[in-house]
Amino acid sequence: MVDTPDIIRIEAAHFSYGERPILTDLNLTIRRGEIVAIMGGSGGGKTTLLGLIGGRLKPSSGRVMVEDQNVPTLSKSALYQLRRRIGMLFQFGALFTDLPVFDNVAFPYREQTDLPEDAIRALVLMKLEAVGLRGAAHLMPSELSGGMARRVALARAVALDPAIMLYDEPFTGLDPISVGIIGRLIKRLNTALGMTSVIVTHDLNETLRLADRVIVLSAGRVYCDLVPDQIRASSDPFIRQFADGLPDGPVPFHYPASDYVQDLVQS
Amino acid sequence: MSRAPLSWIEALGAAVTTRLDRLGLAARFVAALFGVLGIALLRASLIIRELYFSGVRSLSIVIVSGLFVGMVLAVQGYEVLQRYGSTESLGVIVALSLVRELGPVVTALLFAGRASSAVTAEIGLMRATDQLAAMDMMAVDPLARVIAPRFIAAVISLPLLAGLFSAAGIIGAWIIGVHLIGIDDGAFWSQMQASVDVRIDIVNGMFKSVVFGVAVGLISVFEGFFAPPTAEGVASATTRTVVTSSLAVLLLDFVLTVMMFRGLNG
Repeated sequence: MVDTPDIIRIEAAHFSYGERPILTDLNLTIRRGEIVAIMGGSGGGKTTLLGLIGGRLKPSSGRVMVEDQNVPTLSKSALYQLRRRIGMLFQFGALFTDLPVFDNVAFPYREQTDLPEDAIRALVLMKLEAVGLRGAAHLMPSELSGGMARRVALARAVALDPAIMLYDEPFTGLDPISVGIIGRLIKRLNTALGMTSVIVTHDLNETLRLADRVIVLSAGRVYCDLVPDQIRASSDPFIRQFADGLPDGPVPFHYPASDYVQDLVQS
Repeated sequence: MSRAPLSWIEALGAAVTTRLDRLGLAARFVAALFGVLGIALLRASLIIRELYFSGVRSLSIVIVSGLFVGMVLAVQGYEVLQRYGSTESLGVIVALSLVRELGPVVTALLFAGRASSAVTAEIGLMRATDQLAAMDMMAVDPLARVIAPRFIAAVISLPLLAGLFSAAGIIGAWIIGVHLIGIDDGAFWSQMQASVDVRIDIVNGMFKSVVFGVAVGLISVFEGFFAPPTAEGVASATTRTVVTSSLAVLLLDFVLTVMMFRGLNG
């Protein structure tokens, strides 16, 4: 691997679902070892961005460089080769519901390595210990709370010690304690394993505590690219609306509609 | 409204393109699936697991249904044969009906309802909960790891289940015909043995089952894999699997029967 400082570089990426443009001329770079939070309104292209980085979605134009490889042009086998170096935590964990916790975490080792079963057992227990759930190894995913499931999924995602971790809304639907636990785990794994983390999130408080840099997307492009302190101090109305949770502002409360009075009178 | 004819044409056009789209999607899916069958066949443990869920767990319904179908055939067949004084042929009638037609067809219909619907729902839910996406992101091809073993299991288990269905049906007919009605035991079996041909009847029946297995297996995994990731989407995909599979089985049965038995006696 060439050790360039930019591990992810997106250049002029366009993406649309049918007629609806999601990303328009998106440019951003993420450096090795950073924790970068991606924020923005719903439907602003945050999850799409993770799809592009992981190669699950292809941009209609532009380049998505990950570890100096242009992801959309990779063959399936080259893409799978690259994905072994990328871990992803899905919004609700996406644990395999037919497998117990242990086998979920063992899955990447069994599929991707030729390790003997006792070595796999040791590795799985180490990963589960790191997320505090070694004692839950025998449970089925249906027996876990939301926060626990997310931690197991995290253990599974980092099983092969990836260079890049992608987090899709890791805090959504969790109680404050679980949010804190996941946040600390993300930070600790990033440092301990020397990873680069990209976090798509709505949780501003946790993000400001965690991230080295916050990229705010709006209308399919980068609206601003700031460090947490700049966000806290910002007077930009769009950022303030996010930071303070204001219902109306640059991001409108109302879905576009015809004139209200007219609409009422017509009926 | 002057727009009515136009919107009617639009709707027709949309319906046609949607169907063509889906046909193309299915063709590409089948091509991709056949591309990974080789890899999937090497993972025997995954196939055995699916054989258990689709095949072994369908045993009871298939054997019980077979038994009852055979018993009904015996009652009905006896009633007709009696008019011509040839009740000893009951074994032949029952065996041929089961081995050629009812075994493969009814088993495939039962399999579509019992096993394929579950496969569609399972795959659909795996997709809806991002399990397939997570697998894909772990550089494990869901097509080879999840889809192919379920398809292979359907193709293997259907002929075996159909054989068991026919066997159970013949036993059912034997219970009714020989033990309750009182047909001669020896005539029942010897006439059957003399008239059922291995190639024409049994091999053809088995071949039908394999074709049904391919059809039902493909439909169930396709519907599951492309089910919209909602409760409603998975539910309607499951329904579509049963309906489409049943129609496909009956249509294929007609085509295969015409091809196999055309000109056999004439």
